Amino acid sequence: MTRSMTVMMGLAAGMFAVAPFMIDAAPYEATMGLVYKIYFFHMPSAWMFLTAAVTAGVASFRLLFLKRPRADHWVIAAAELAVLFGAFTLVTGPLWARKAWGVWWVWDARLTSSLMLFLIFVAYSLLRKYGGPGSDKLGAGLALFGMANVPFIYVSVNYWRTFHPPTSVVPTLPVEMGIPLWFCVVAFTLLFVILLRLRARLEHQRERLEALYLAEDDI
Amino acid sequence: MSGFARVAWQVMRKDMTVEVRSLEIVSTTLFFAVTVVLMFSFGLVVDGRPADNVAPAILWVAIAFSGTLALGRTFERERQNDTLRALMLAPADRPALYVGKLAGILLLLGLVEIILVPLVGLLFNAPVFAQALPLALLLGAGTIGFCAVGTLFAAMLVRARSRDVLLPIMLYPMTVPVMIAGVRGTAALFQTTPDPAVAQFWLSLLVAFDVVFVVLALWTFEPVMTD
Repeated sequence: MTRSMTVMMGLAAGMFAVAPFMIDAAPYEATMGLVYKIYFFHMPSAWMFLTAAVTAGVASFRLLFLKRPRADHWVIAAAELAVLFGAFTLVTGPLWARKAWGVWWVWDARLTSSLMLFLIFVAYSLLRKYGGPGSDKLGAGLALFGMANVPFIYVSVNYWRTFHPPTSVVPTLPVEMGIPLWFCVVAFTLLFVILLRLRARLEHQRERLEALYLAEDDI
Repeated sequence: MSGFARVAWQVMRKDMTVEVRSLEIVSTTLFFAVTVVLMFSFGLVVDGRPADNVAPAILWVAIAFSGTLALGRTFERERQNDTLRALMLAPADRPALYVGKLAGILLLLGLVEIILVPLVGLLFNAPVFAQALPLALLLGAGTIGFCAVGTLFAAMLVRARSRDVLLPIMLYPMTVPVMIAGVRGTAALFQTTPDPAVAQFWLSLLVAFDVVFVVLALWTFEPVMTD
């Protein structure tokens, strides 16, 4: 465990402890009142979901085309985090939608593409768990295809209609809402980096342990 | 004929020769597709009249289901006698092998669709021949998109455990754009007043999907199939 990790973990724990108070202090939104406050956790987790997906895609590219076997550990870590933050996004979103739109779910471009991306990473996890040997490259292919697929899902569903508020609202938020929002974004980013590094480290060590076992057998 | 096209042609011809002699995949897949459509008609035909606007969805779901079955069987056959290894050992371009396999599966599914489309039209009162050319283009582009992803995944899964269940799990989320575009485009053609402009939009989306995913599959086939 490196020193930087310990510092980051302490910082993240502190920030997550403070975040509810900051969110509580933020003003009410005129039309939605209290419910909109889900947004302070919903948006950062959605961003981390996307970051995890992109990380998995980049690591897959390194594994497949640049032949870096250790990149696989980063794919595993990032894919698991995509499932985690994806689940968080897909739970907090409908909670808000029920109050704001009156329904739990609509087949909007963002919602549908998030759901499909989430399903692709769930498929990845299932593949890695039950696929047996050789599933690392297979999974990397899946993650790569998943990345390429997102724009298509987005365009195809967007052709119907879109309900989701665009991301362009973020810079226009008043300062009292903006500060807690960016505070949460930083807290979630820290959490993401910590979990990603821990999970990848676990895979590195698992590989070393296996190598040691094999070396022991050879003697 | 250049080397690439010749290899692809040979692989397809080999698959077709095996298929013509056994008729295993065509007959089972076709029978399966027919039963899927019949199952839907039991659920969706009420008082002798089919529910409105269900034909496009049933057609595409039947294609996806039978496509999955055909993909699985094609590669299962290669696995049984370990012939995929022999193919991989052949001094040929790996992407050419992929193209040959893809062409074989497309041909099989095309045959299945020739029976499937009139059947759906018959059971669900869909005007399948009114806009025959646009429908054929949509079906062609959609099938290529579905099989381009499917062939790569099925080939990768040959050595994996629980491959039967993993193929649809991986394939269906990935081909959601194909399903949306295919169903919406076909629905635009099956309306009482067909809307060719909408169908054309979906067709162009399908073509874009095909181009991206065929290129990506050709590019990935080599590294994923190398031990």
